[in-house]
Amino acid sequence: MNIHEYQGKALLKDAGVPVLEGVHCTSVSEALAAYDSLGSKVVAVKSQIHAGGRGKGTMYDPQTREEVMQGGVKIAFSKDEVETYATNILGNLLVTIQTGDEGKIVNNLYIESGCAIAHEYYLALLVDREEKSVLIMASTEGGMDIEDVAHNTPEKIHKINVDPNAGLLGFQKRDLGMALGLSGAALKSFYKMLGKMYDMFVQQDCAMVEINPLVKTEDDEIVALDSKISFDENAEFRHKEWTELRDLTEEEDVEIRAKETGLSYVKLDGNIGCLVNGAGLAMATMDVIKLYGGEPANFLDVGGGADEEQVKTAFSIILEDPNVKGILVNIFGGIMRCDIIARGVIGATQSLGLDVPLVVRLAGTNVEEGKAILAASDLNIHPADDLAEGAQKIVSLIGGGE
Amino acid sequence: MAIWINEDAKVLVQGITGKQGMFHAGKMVEYGTNLVGGVTPGKGGQEVLGVPVFNSMIEAITETDADATVIYVPPPFAGEAIIEAANAFETVKGEGVIVCITEGIPTLDMVNAAAYVANRANVRLIGPNCPGIITPGQTGGAKLGIMPGHIHAKGRIGIVSKSGTLTYEAVAQTMSIDEGQSTCIGIGGDPVNGTGFIECLEAFENDPQTEAIVMIGEIGGNAEQEAAAWAKQNCSKPIVGFVAGATAPPGKRMGHAGAIISGGKGTAEEKFEAFEAAGIACARDPSELGQVLLESLKKAGLR
Repeated sequence: MNIHEYQGKALLKDAGVPVLEGVHCTSVSEALAAYDSLGSKVVAVKSQIHAGGRGKGTMYDPQTREEVMQGGVKIAFSKDEVETYATNILGNLLVTIQTGDEGKIVNNLYIESGCAIAHEYYLALLVDREEKSVLIMASTEGGMDIEDVAHNTPEKIHKINVDPNAGLLGFQKRDLGMALGLSGAALKSFYKMLGKMYDMFVQQDCAMVEINPLVKTEDDEIVALDSKISFDENAEFRHKEWTELRDLTEEEDVEIRAKETGLSYVKLDGNIGCLVNGAGLAMATMDVIKLYGGEPANFLDVGGGADEEQVKTAFSIILEDPNVKGILVNIFGGIMRCDIIARGVIGATQSLGLDVPLVVRLAGTNVEEGKAILAASDLNIHPADDLAEGAQKIVSLIGGGE
Repeated sequence: MAIWINEDAKVLVQGITGKQGMFHAGKMVEYGTNLVGGVTPGKGGQEVLGVPVFNSMIEAITETDADATVIYVPPPFAGEAIIEAANAFETVKGEGVIVCITEGIPTLDMVNAAAYVANRANVRLIGPNCPGIITPGQTGGAKLGIMPGHIHAKGRIGIVSKSGTLTYEAVAQTMSIDEGQSTCIGIGGDPVNGTGFIECLEAFENDPQTEAIVMIGEIGGNAEQEAAAWAKQNCSKPIVGFVAGATAPPGKRMGHAGAIISGGKGTAEEKFEAFEAAGIACARDPSELGQVLLESLKKAGLR
């Protein structure tokens, strides 16, 4: 789960990590009031969307698709400029390299004080799956795309892993600070900041905290100038406060509804809907559809113990996508029984008035009963014995493939 | 032989009085697993499925001399259940196998649990968020997890996989060419887990019953690449591989918390290439795993 920069800054501030003063706004008048209240001549006017690349993005009018302004993050030197930028941003569409062409409507703005920057750094905390620990990664190349830095100048990226038995130790914070070339007051500031940020990472169950740039001010203070924070959704049960931080306009409505019914759904661009049990098998089903010349319309994992009702919900979610021209059901029954799936499929096709071709492949527990139930129905269901046959059938039924 | 879990292994179930625990413990017994007890704090003294329930893992292992435990405890408590089991096996027996089925454990809980287990050299963790481990026997066998037992048969193919149902698919593929399995392990799809691919490959390499290996990976991370590099140096037995997620778009989590392509890394293509560079015979369609395995067996003079 991702949160906005302004929300992340509030968390950092609460944790004791230095950030600049800023105000969250949702209208131009609020932005102007924020400028007055901050009392800083120079302010940053920052679009708040979950995708990165905001500064280099482009603002468009959502109706006419005409360009309004270059950049979704602007530095304003006067109140008039704040007004111009806020007007150009709020309610308009921001397209960045991470949003795709459809872009994101900007409803939230962050007005932040300026500061005198001496140097920009990169800092990130994340879980290192190979080392099974929290990894802290820093670089002197702040403000750049970290993937490029890692690729072109890997020696400029410094890493420390936090031993879960020992926690983040003093020498590690010092070593990392010194690797960034910090000394004196700036090193002390970095040392203190990093300890607070690590504590926040753990307490808040973060999946990632990325600060790009982290800056050294001319006063030798280390300040988080940006913040990109995401949480580990598995820990949601112990963070009731996340409900308020969640911006549902940033998430696909249908993906949220799927999650509420215990389904895992991701919309894709193709035209063959898939309904599968298990994440690995769901991915493999998509792969095999593609292998035989089709394009999957979605990833959909109904989980290990779906009932008839969930199967029906899964069908209705798949059919909401107007691109869907056919559906492939692929179930390897373990705990889930094929006869229950078969009944669910029949119930769903009848109640939803399914009018696209449907291929069903069943295997595993109670497969014979399941197949018999499907065969006995007078519905237009095409059976398949294995995944390859299922994929080939659905591809040919919708008239696709090579 | 098989690996880690013998056909007659003595098995405990943590969370045995819960809905999931009781259901799956019943299926394990049906399959022939030697269930010797269960653990649910506060419910000690009861009997479930004909075996005693204990209040703690220390007590359960002391009383039953169990070799392994299967955890069906809900996510908020599962990380601690792993640590309790690791401590108890280390203290009472000096060794043991922990299989954690639970899905949805917070990653930082797993960081702590994995580190705790790693400090106990003879305690092994499999999972979490996995189907478990099964060693089919001549009759029955040891089923420690949620996989459908009846699709398996004792044989010489070792299977290791990140995914649940895709493991079943691999099992069915071995059966389609009349081959059974030595041991099948689902290592789980979470970012932080216990036993990894390399440990499984090493154990299969050293297991006389296993003559060939099927390895099923998925997008995210680089465990498959590392395992392939290790296999190239150390594995003499034929390996057949598949990687799920060739069509997954970057930045989207595909069900499993770990199944996400981030920063252009961890793609299926990258993993297939690593497999092929290591001499692992790949199927691009899991329905062809059986045929690819058959060819590999023939090439190795095993058929």
